[in-house]
Amino acid sequence: MTVEAARAHRVIAGRVFRYGDAVSTDALFPGRYTYTHTTFAEIAPHALEDLDADFARTVRPGDVLVGGHGFGCGSSREQAVTCLVALGVGAVIARSIARIYFRNAVNAGLPAIACPAAVDALAAGDRVAIDLDEAWIDTPHGRFGFPPLAPNVRTLLRCGGLVPYVRERLRGSVA
Amino acid sequence: MSDGEPSGATPRARGLTCVEAVLARTSGRGNADAPLPGEIVEVMPDFAFSHDNTAAIAAIWRELGQERVAIAERLAVTFDHAVPAPTPRHALNHAEARRFAQEQGIRHLFEVGRGICHQVLGEEALVLPGQLVLGADSHTPHFGWMGAMGVGIGRTEMAAVWALGSIWLRVPESIEIRFDGEPSPWVDAKDLALWVLGLLGAEGGSYRSVELRGTAVARLSLAERATLANMMAELGAKCAFVEPDDAVFEYLAERLARRTGCGHDEAAAMARAGAVFPDPDASYAERHALDVSALEPQVACPHAVDRTVSVTTLHDVRVDQAFLGTCTNGRLEDLEAARRVVRGRRVAKGTRFVVIPASSEVLEAGVASGAVADLLAAGAVLGTPGCGPCMGNHQGVLAPGEVCVSSGNRNYRGRMGTKEAEIYLASPAVVAASAIAGRIAHPAEVCAGDTP
Repeated sequence: MTVEAARAHRVIAGRVFRYGDAVSTDALFPGRYTYTHTTFAEIAPHALEDLDADFARTVRPGDVLVGGHGFGCGSSREQAVTCLVALGVGAVIARSIARIYFRNAVNAGLPAIACPAAVDALAAGDRVAIDLDEAWIDTPHGRFGFPPLAPNVRTLLRCGGLVPYVRERLRGSVA
Repeated sequence: MSDGEPSGATPRARGLTCVEAVLARTSGRGNADAPLPGEIVEVMPDFAFSHDNTAAIAAIWRELGQERVAIAERLAVTFDHAVPAPTPRHALNHAEARRFAQEQGIRHLFEVGRGICHQVLGEEALVLPGQLVLGADSHTPHFGWMGAMGVGIGRTEMAAVWALGSIWLRVPESIEIRFDGEPSPWVDAKDLALWVLGLLGAEGGSYRSVELRGTAVARLSLAERATLANMMAELGAKCAFVEPDDAVFEYLAERLARRTGCGHDEAAAMARAGAVFPDPDASYAERHALDVSALEPQVACPHAVDRTVSVTTLHDVRVDQAFLGTCTNGRLEDLEAARRVVRGRRVAKGTRFVVIPASSEVLEAGVASGAVADLLAAGAVLGTPGCGPCMGNHQGVLAPGEVCVSSGNRNYRGRMGTKEAEIYLASPAVVAASAIAGRIAHPAEVCAGDTP
């Protein structure tokens, strides 16, 4: 299935980039660029710069980041999410996801999924497919379920993030 | 200013924690129908703020198609993360934020040099006990020092708050951490925070509200309460609470009266009006009770905030730079703690000692008290009030291979400008002692022989 078709079916498909515990916002997007780099074109090349210098060059749309505990811990800096969106990353799967990172991800339309069993199973380069509505992850090692996202979170993801959601809400077309 | 209900004014179906009481009010549900942990509620914040990220938030807000921000009166903007602007690009970022604040009539704008958002909003009494404050900054749990619910959010989320005047929040479970006992003279609130991080781990408070109490907390200065609450961000907490006492109310009343011109009694009543306290039968997901009596100063080792050890276990860790400052530890009390260690001594050859007060008020008070003079005499260099090199954005960043001991809050790889540097986190006294020794040192060692 192409990425475009997968998106239309609310399925995300791609390869796994695997990292360890506590992938911090400093690792995801270095603070030194925070107040000068804002556009997708500016931020994308710096994604994971201090953790995996090859990442931004090799990641392809639909690919999935897999991490351990506390994915996205640290700063509220939103580029730690949007640099991944800029590169077309399909989702983040981790044992646990830091609070602000989770919100920033949802707000940018990037699914962030806590699923320790899938993290245990997945290796770098594995191909995965994720269905958000049915709440499963297909891997070469089997299918893993995860707790369904809260209804308001699914609404945000369905709208494509917080900006389109608020725009619709200001127009009175969603609650 | 506050529309908070006095504690106990309405019947309660069950005991409420601090965060449940704040969310009962701000969701409009009231105490009798207070939302439960796990529920998602839409709430109206009492106040919201942003900093050097304001122009970026404004750009997102413009995408929403609104002409006027919904809550300009309840917004503040501080310039603190890269001040004064180190490059034309940073200067343009500030200029855009100034223009936006003027266009939207945002009165509470604090210029370059006034200080760090969390510190300044407290000094200005723009946030009061029991209020819900949203900050586009992860250290917003800081406001727990006064018993306010401070929650950090991202840029897009802040743009939505500007537009809607509301936000969805999941009601968090609460955990209680008690500190009792008499700490040794060189142990302060930073050590309590680092100790808890080591014990519970960097996820120990994830998604939770952390209530901090006990005899050792009640004795803390307001500055130290701020350090403790601020560091709960590193525990993953959504917010933190220290129960406000007369010292808190008096501090805020004086500043509220000064800022608004109202009488002291009126200001004191406003400072108290919304304060929340937990009910005796409030429900906690976890309770931790810690005795601080035997605690030694703590240090978080690279590259994790919870890789905490006692300073006595570190030998011969060379220090290229000692950094005193940040929203965590840049207050007058922190400057004074460092001064006690360095007075009459010199910073070690080969070590730099960078001191950056958290605000202009701290700087002025440090000049008046003589702390700044003593620090400078010892060889410290002084930066503009603000965040400094804490997140790698301004002067005082590190070179590859260097080691920094910092009074800041994060030591993740790359935090202070390069991934090849190592950052140790410690209290102001340990930072100062390490500047003198040129290696990470216990202040008692540096000060051996001093008359108390």
